[in-house]
Amino acid sequence: MSGAAENTIKKEPLVRIVKRDGATFPQKVAVRVVAILLALVVDAIFIFGVTGLNPLGVYSVMWGGTFSNPTRFSWAMRDLATLLCIGIALAPAFKMRFWNIGAEGQVLMGGLVTALVMVYFGNSLPAPVLFATMLVASVAAGALWGFIPAWFKAHWNTNETLFTLMMNYVATSIVACMTNIMRGKASSLGTLNKATKAGWFPAIAGQRYTINIIVVIVLTFAVYAYLKYSKHGYEITVVGESENTARYAGINVRRVIIRTMLISGAICGICGFLIVAGKDQTISTTSAGGQGFTAIIVAWLAKFNTFYMALISFLLIFLSRGASEISSVYSLNEYATDIVTGIILFFILGSEFFINFRLIWRGKAPKLTKEGK
Amino acid sequence: MKKVLGILLAAAMAFSMVGCGATATASSAASTAGTAESGATADATADAANFKVGLISIGDETEGYSQAHIDGIKTAAATLGIPEGNIIMKKKVEESSAAADAAEDLVGQGCGIIFANSYGHQTYLVEVAEKYPDTTFVSMTGDFAALTGLDNFKNAFTNIYESRYVSGVVAGMKLKALTEDGTLTTATQPDSFDADGNIKIGYVGAYNYAEVVSGYTAFYLGVKSVMPNVVMEVMYTNSWFDIDKEGAAAEALIANGAVIIGQHADSTGAPAATEKLLNSGKICYSVGYNIDMRETAPNAALTSATNNWSAYYTEALSAALKGEALPTDWAKGYADDAVGITELGTACAAGTAEAVAAAEAGIKDGSLKVFDTATFTVDGATVTTAPIDLTYNDFSSGAPVAVYPGETKEAIVDGAFSESTLRSAPYFALRIDGITEDAEPVA
Repeated sequence: MSGAAENTIKKEPLVRIVKRDGATFPQKVAVRVVAILLALVVDAIFIFGVTGLNPLGVYSVMWGGTFSNPTRFSWAMRDLATLLCIGIALAPAFKMRFWNIGAEGQVLMGGLVTALVMVYFGNSLPAPVLFATMLVASVAAGALWGFIPAWFKAHWNTNETLFTLMMNYVATSIVACMTNIMRGKASSLGTLNKATKAGWFPAIAGQRYTINIIVVIVLTFAVYAYLKYSKHGYEITVVGESENTARYAGINVRRVIIRTMLISGAICGICGFLIVAGKDQTISTTSAGGQGFTAIIVAWLAKFNTFYMALISFLLIFLSRGASEISSVYSLNEYATDIVTGIILFFILGSEFFINFRLIWRGKAPKLTKEGK
Repeated sequence: MKKVLGILLAAAMAFSMVGCGATATASSAASTAGTAESGATADATADAANFKVGLISIGDETEGYSQAHIDGIKTAAATLGIPEGNIIMKKKVEESSAAADAAEDLVGQGCGIIFANSYGHQTYLVEVAEKYPDTTFVSMTGDFAALTGLDNFKNAFTNIYESRYVSGVVAGMKLKALTEDGTLTTATQPDSFDADGNIKIGYVGAYNYAEVVSGYTAFYLGVKSVMPNVVMEVMYTNSWFDIDKEGAAAEALIANGAVIIGQHADSTGAPAATEKLLNSGKICYSVGYNIDMRETAPNAALTSATNNWSAYYTEALSAALKGEALPTDWAKGYADDAVGITELGTACAAGTAEAVAAAEAGIKDGSLKVFDTATFTVDGATVTTAPIDLTYNDFSSGAPVAVYPGETKEAIVDGAFSESTLRSAPYFALRIDGITEDAEPVA
């Protein structure tokens, strides 16, 4: 690119950074494997230097956090489903370059209305109708929480990053208020409908979280197809690349923005529904547990490919479960284990740089001219 | 195209793994339970070295309440010869499905007995207890174990109201000294007296429910046993642990004239705020909870009411080791060294140690009853009957729905309200004269 121009400069810099166009699949895998190995080496130095523990022992405990028994593996899959679901929800919005930082709030609102339907209609509606009502209500609540910032963005070009972020705090406060009302004379809310279990997802094949996992698998395929093969998906891409181009091509940008955010919010609402009905059976301000923000990393790292998102989600869940297992087994402070997983994450994120760019050292200039055509 | 295909294949593999995982879990969850069962029975006869104990804690060592539990279980294990490595702790476990996960995981790791230390853990713990009948689960501070009919689900709570009463005596002695030496008069701090000349004291409470009401009433009656002319204002924070809110509540109470700040909340916020205001010239002193507050408030701290959880953990673990059944509701106090107060601060009045010793002796031999109906009134009248409905209710839809129905029993026995005898968790919820609760929690 700029290589030719820079060749005229007298003194060559020590290192140049050049964009790499389309690294091959084996290259990508190689870079990532090297990154993980390097991370493990740096972690080993940290673990041994600071705690004096055997790093290999720590790594095997970390592995055991997810894989030591089938129950733990099923919890990892459940958590993966939650994180992935939010990542999937964010993908359409981010692909449109609409920075939806409000997944946390959209999930909470979906969860809250699910909880309210469970509490107030749990005993009066038959199970299928109850579940349908919970689903519809959660979709509506999540979509509403996505619609509000989208409408303002579409009509007055407000800053969606700030707007969606602030909507999180509104949602958190509403949930705090409602849980305070619902807990009544107890000091905490506890599980909802404990006596009747109305609105609790049934275990399927002896597995409590089957429904959560199935729903998220379906969403993974559906959103992948929506983004890649549908006309809507194409419109989202064009609006994301350039609003002017989209307008010139006759795309109604406002409508695309609002429609996409409705979808994004609705899927977040479904996630709230899955959390309340399928996992926690209660609602609290921490029901989304910060996953709404973690999912942003998931969506970005995977470049909005929902299948790749599943892998990233798995990695993040594996790291966090491993970290809490390390702190439990070795009685380590959780800050220490956060550093261990933080280093791994840092290297993996850093490896993206080497996938997208290459370094050219001084003295390798001829090669640069070839590259910089 | 090849790239996409590769990713698709990888994803398909990942998902088929999910599928397998789901079906595999069904059969192996049972096998996890199986190993745990055989583990538990073997443990009963085996020696302490092989016995594993699980603790699910709402906080970690940085927070007084959980610190007291962690210390208690470690002391108990050391006494009984259980190696410290056999105590598996799950810290910072929220009152959510995370508590159920933690409990199930501890079962899988072979724990014979599992304790959870926060009230809100109980609804999750009971589900796991139903699933694994051969492991004992204890919901400390919980209130429905007896109603569930499960043999392996227990509750435990100390008689903390006894030590709150004694800490009230300490505060009362201070008030007496302050008024007798002329430090505290209507001239020096006029806000601290109400229209009838009663001295104002304050209390920072976590939540408006029986556990806290029982505690602040005991504290107030302790103060009153020394200084009959006191009135108390209670302000809630709606949180068990919130340094800022507890500090703000203490400041607000002192601004309203409170001379003593008691607390039933887990942070150092209230003593710190009291210390600051004392140093700025206000007459105000602090009675803490859980931990010695002298480090936080060297001048303002009088004492703190504490739980000695090792008393319970030792009894429970010893019974579990022998394979004996634990009491469904465990509640013990001064007589069994399960509660106490911390060392007296430098600000305490002369003669406080003697007054404390007398109160403690009275509580131990039963001659002093904390909730003696002769010492308090409700709406101007002496209480003669206090029916307690033990039902565990779900309030979420507005009207109470009984999750575990319980009987209604009489709590007034021999001229005193009998606390923590009908079940371990406190149920004293009478609002007695002389105490006012603020309607709004601290902002």
